Amino acid sequence: MTTSDLGATRSSGTADVPETDGMDWVLASGFLAVAAFYVRAIFFTPIEASQGPAQKILYVHATSAFVALYLAFGLLGLTSALYLWLKDEKLDRVAESAAEVGLAFTSVVLITGPLWAKPVWGAWWDWDARLSLTLFLWFLILGYLVLRGAIEEPGMRARFSAVLGLLSLILVPFIHLSVYLFRTLHPMPIVLKPSQPSMSPEMQWTFFPAFFAMALLFAGLLRARYRMATLRDAVAAMDGAR
Amino acid sequence: MPESERQVTAPPGVLRAAWLIARKDLAIEFRTRTAFFSATVFALLGLTIFYFAWDPTTVAAIDLAPGVLWVIFTFSGLLGLQRSFGVEQADRAMDALLAAPVDRESVYLGKALANLLFVGGVQLITIPAVALFYNVPLGDVALPLAGVAALAAVGLVAVGTLFSSMAVNTRLAELLLPMLSLPFFLPVVTAASMTTARLLAGRPMADAWPWLRILLAFDLVFVVACTLLFPFTVEE
Repeated sequence: MTTSDLGATRSSGTADVPETDGMDWVLASGFLAVAAFYVRAIFFTPIEASQGPAQKILYVHATSAFVALYLAFGLLGLTSALYLWLKDEKLDRVAESAAEVGLAFTSVVLITGPLWAKPVWGAWWDWDARLSLTLFLWFLILGYLVLRGAIEEPGMRARFSAVLGLLSLILVPFIHLSVYLFRTLHPMPIVLKPSQPSMSPEMQWTFFPAFFAMALLFAGLLRARYRMATLRDAVAAMDGAR
Repeated sequence: MPESERQVTAPPGVLRAAWLIARKDLAIEFRTRTAFFSATVFALLGLTIFYFAWDPTTVAAIDLAPGVLWVIFTFSGLLGLQRSFGVEQADRAMDALLAAPVDRESVYLGKALANLLFVGGVQLITIPAVALFYNVPLGDVALPLAGVAALAAVGLVAVGTLFSSMAVNTRLAELLLPMLSLPFFLPVVTAASMTTARLLAGRPMADAWPWLRILLAFDLVFVVACTLLFPFTVEE
């Protein structure tokens, strides 16, 4: 069956069933770029004086946080809002894909965070405001995905998850304010702030390109996940039409 | 049907319809009393169990009370919220509610109002119980504390009512409601506990103002957002 046959059996959104043959070049270049910055970060970037090799976690940790918090979560909220307005199932698929890929990146942040915190702060976990915020985002995305899994009917699933996605985006500033205020009203030992390091030029030359590499990987994973969702929906529609 | 009711021909306005729906829910609850009874008993049990989870010689009860109070409210509130749309599942009563000539927003506001009174009722019993069990003198702060309780209840109910309407339609209803709601309850519970702690410690209101501001903003934003988003959760 060709893609045009598929289109005939479905009511909407089927003309763009992706080709599955061949190499996914976007994803491949994403992985390649990340591998390249790993090599650069490990072998060609100087070791930070006070923190030692542990500081190199920054290149994975901060870049993943950027992708998870801004790209993935922002996209999830934005596509959720747009879905409620336009009711286009493609937007629902983007939201679904952004949530799942975002969960992976948020998990990376939450795993690398304690790994870095132990040698530098002296504890695996510290209720630092940013760490708390990331943890709650992780819970929000997890809840979003569990909600999706708990609804069979596609239209209802899309509507419910869009409502949750949009509300989650609205919630983020409140969590942000709460965890910061909690922190400032309960003074804790002053810890080294690894988020505002004064970097040497070599470090900057690793750090800033690393953002692009991570963003490229995110784009590749998002695209692959979106294509999978499109194919899955096409198969479901074919099963339904049979 | 009495004469006076038969003459009503125009559908009720948004607020009037909301009140009618809230009254219906409260009448069901008043006649069965199952949810209110279980939520209150749950709250009282929670208070006593929490007391035994700490060593009273190292943690003073007055330091414990605000946090315990708000965690318990949150969990017992979930029991009532679960029921809010659960009662409409029987005989597909929800379809009749949606077929009624009232706005979807009225359905949400009515449900939320009934839940608010439900949570308020639980608070009315639990707060004095905290004062008794944790030996907290409430005398001077009773009024401001009631205000904080009301503000927090509005926030919890606004979000919880919306999620209740979504959760009952899923396969995991009972499990999903807490999972969806609790991250949203974080700012409310934190703000309410911090404000309560400052009130009980006899500190000036200005100390609690940053937290109260979060609470007020949360209420405002989420009451509006949830009212506007509710129709999407009941679309056919």
